[in-house]
Amino acid sequence: MDLQELQTLAEREQEILDAPCIRCCTVGGCLSANALAVKEQIEVEIATQDLNPPMQVRGVGCMGLCSRGPLVRLDPAGILYDQVTPEDAPELVHACHKTLQPHLPKALSNSSPLQPSTYQPRHHPFFTLQHPIVLENSGHIDPKEIKDYMAQKGYLALYQALYDMTPSDVIDQITQSGLRGRGGGGYPTGLKWSTVAKMPPGQKYVICNGDEGDPGAFMDRSVLESDPHRVLEGMAIAAYAVGANQGYIYIRGEYPLAINHLETALRQARKQGLLGSQIFESPFDFRIDIRIGAGAFVCGEETALMASIEGKRGLPHPRPPYPAESGLWGCPTLINNVETFANIAPIIRNGAEWFVGIGTDKSKGTKVFSLAGKIQNTGLIEVPMGTSLRQIVEQMGGGVLDGSAKAVQTGGPSGGCIPAHAFDTPVDYESLTRLGSIMGSGGMIVMDQATNMVDVARFFMEFCMEESCGKCVPCRAGTVQLYQLLTKICDGKARKEDLESLNQLCEMVKDTSLCGLGKSAPNPILSTLRFFKDEYLTLMHNEGSGDYHPP
Amino acid sequence: MSEGSQTIVDGKPHPSGDQRFRVLEATMKRHQYQPNSLIEVLHKAQELFGYLERDILLHIAHSLKLPPSQVYGVATFYHFFSLTPSGRHTCVVCMGTACFVKGAASLLSTVEQIAHIQAGETTQDGGLSLSTARCLGACGSAPAVVLDGQVVGYQTSENLGQQVTQMMDHPQSKVAT
Ligand SMILES: Cc1cc2nc3c(=O)[nH]c(=O)nc-3n(C[C@H](O)[C@H](O)[C@H](O)COP(=O)(O)O)c2cc1C
Ligand code: SF4
Ligand code: FES
Ligand code: FES
Repeated sequence: MDLQELQTLAEREQEILDAPCIRCCTVGGCLSANALAVKEQIEVEIATQDLNPPMQVRGVGCMGLCSRGPLVRLDPAGILYDQVTPEDAPELVHACHKTLQPHLPKALSNSSPLQPSTYQPRHHPFFTLQHPIVLENSGHIDPKEIKDYMAQKGYLALYQALYDMTPSDVIDQITQSGLRGRGGGGYPTGLKWSTVAKMPPGQKYVICNGDEGDPGAFMDRSVLESDPHRVLEGMAIAAYAVGANQGYIYIRGEYPLAINHLETALRQARKQGLLGSQIFESPFDFRIDIRIGAGAFVCGEETALMASIEGKRGLPHPRPPYPAESGLWGCPTLINNVETFANIAPIIRNGAEWFVGIGTDKSKGTKVFSLAGKIQNTGLIEVPMGTSLRQIVEQMGGGVLDGSAKAVQTGGPSGGCIPAHAFDTPVDYESLTRLGSIMGSGGMIVMDQATNMVDVARFFMEFCMEESCGKCVPCRAGTVQLYQLLTKICDGKARKEDLESLNQLCEMVKDTSLCGLGKSAPNPILSTLRFFKDEYLTLMHNEGSGDYHPP
Repeated sequence: MSEGSQTIVDGKPHPSGDQRFRVLEATMKRHQYQPNSLIEVLHKAQELFGYLERDILLHIAHSLKLPPSQVYGVATFYHFFSLTPSGRHTCVVCMGTACFVKGAASLLSTVEQIAHIQAGETTQDGGLSLSTARCLGACGSAPAVVLDGQVVGYQTSENLGQQVTQMMDHPQSKVAT
């Protein structure tokens, strides 16, 4: 394929994509709410109502408001219908047809007209406060159709990189954009790329970390299910920049649909000559293989992940050497998160300047969050860095179901709980770290007044205890001790002195563990101790009185 | 390598004549019996046989020229692999954070009480296996449960209890969810 072909194809497909269409979300949460049956029934209805002109139906990726699924949207009007059932299909098709052809009076018998959702994408803050870059195609294109992706300027950035830029131009753009890794640590992406690029030529690898081990996070799943080609394109650009010819996507076995969509995408890209040998008829070769994880949180840690790709147990090893120097099979390896790669093509296409204009001083661009827990609107959002927690929880999320919010947990087991009184904090790497939490990969769990914070700390400790790989003692034994101490506190059997041991033990595990799992395991305890100490204190066993205060 | 290796497999057919071994053999051959394909091969074996029996682990160790201890070590390290057969029905309760704050713990105890087993166990008659997951990625519909491979969201103790009871009463048929 050359540029001319790509552009002609893109233009033709663009017209089809912009034509009136009923879009049905057929991934993730909606799928588990029977979305496939809804789409099929809509197709049946269109056929039986014998509409003229016939209406397009498209199965698309996540539309964001997962908790209101199955979602169906009529475009270009942008009218959203939520919690649609297959029985709604006749009314829905009729309503859509009427919107498109208002002069047609054809009325359907008896039943009342179907009501659009109150969450209209053009008016509701859940949508209007978003700034989609990573999710720009999500809910719009069919993830199983490479043509849909091309219509949205897909693979244009790869072409641009290969023909208009040298590898170091590409790295310069990424560096100037200020993009930081979205997998948790926030390490500058450009710096990582240039380290790998500087290694002597020879076998190098590019790995996409799609393990997504954080419980309560589903951003990467959603991106892979909704727009897989964007990740492949990002990886290919990275491979060109650092001089790699082989890539791996490591993805959780628990995500069968994401695996399926990725496999389809890989097949299509190879067929179009966009992956494999001589991409776009240039001298650049790049192959990608999928490696399926087998359920171990620690495998998200980069050194453990590489051990797992090598077919071994996923045990971390000390860094340095960093993967950039000695990674997979001892070769220089670039490893980035799914969302990091998903940001690459738009940066190349629109230029670093454009990206710098979004976000805050030190945190550029946007961040995708999965908003879940005790909140009205749960789902996937993408907001500019610097958006406040209050805006996210109260305006976009619509607040807590009943009552008020107590805290937001960010960063999963490596993160912490941010109390409601700090909700005016802008969401960026530094501000969250100052509050003792982290950005993490983007899981955001809202907790209400009924949530017991000590219990939450114990929940995360139990998770870390079970997921500890056992390689080093501080983590293997320390997490067990911490868990037992928290259990003692929850059972009302602890004394005030135990809090002191809890604190000391946290510091010890944090300072002496080998990998990030152990180093960050105490974070949920430390952050709840910091902001919710009174909850610990009320659980303390009072000496002499014999009083127990069970939770 | 020709795709025809699906039917004509190099080496001896498995003495039991079990067709599933042919597929397993084809998978290993596709990976050129590389030791680093171990996890892929284990995934395939579990998909074919439902769980990883001792003999299968030994067979894989032999084929990939790996020490059995390493194969066993890998198979037990990852949660996804099971060394014991699972029940005719399966129930996986998500214990991820989103589900946890929405009451997953009480869902789990409901099922434990109905089935008289703990998470990670199978009922005596082999009718139901109960396990937990760290997050299904369906947090939007928390609390979520996987019943016979089907993700179902917004569970309450009541309706989950009903569905599990139904599963236990109908050991053979799949339960519509
Ligand atoms: C215990 C542990 C689990 C991790 N899990 C993930 C994960 O699921 N996905 C991910 O992208 N990064 C994860 N990371 C971070 C990776 O080690 C690595 O920093 C990241 O993939 C780098 O990509 P980035 O620079 O694009 O963020 C984890 C780290 C630790 C210590
Ligand atoms: S800190 Fe924990 S998970 Fe990491 S290497 Fe040590 S024991 Fe394993
Ligand atoms: S999965 Fe359908 S809206 Fe997110
Ligand atoms: S926490 Fe249960 S599905 Fe994510």
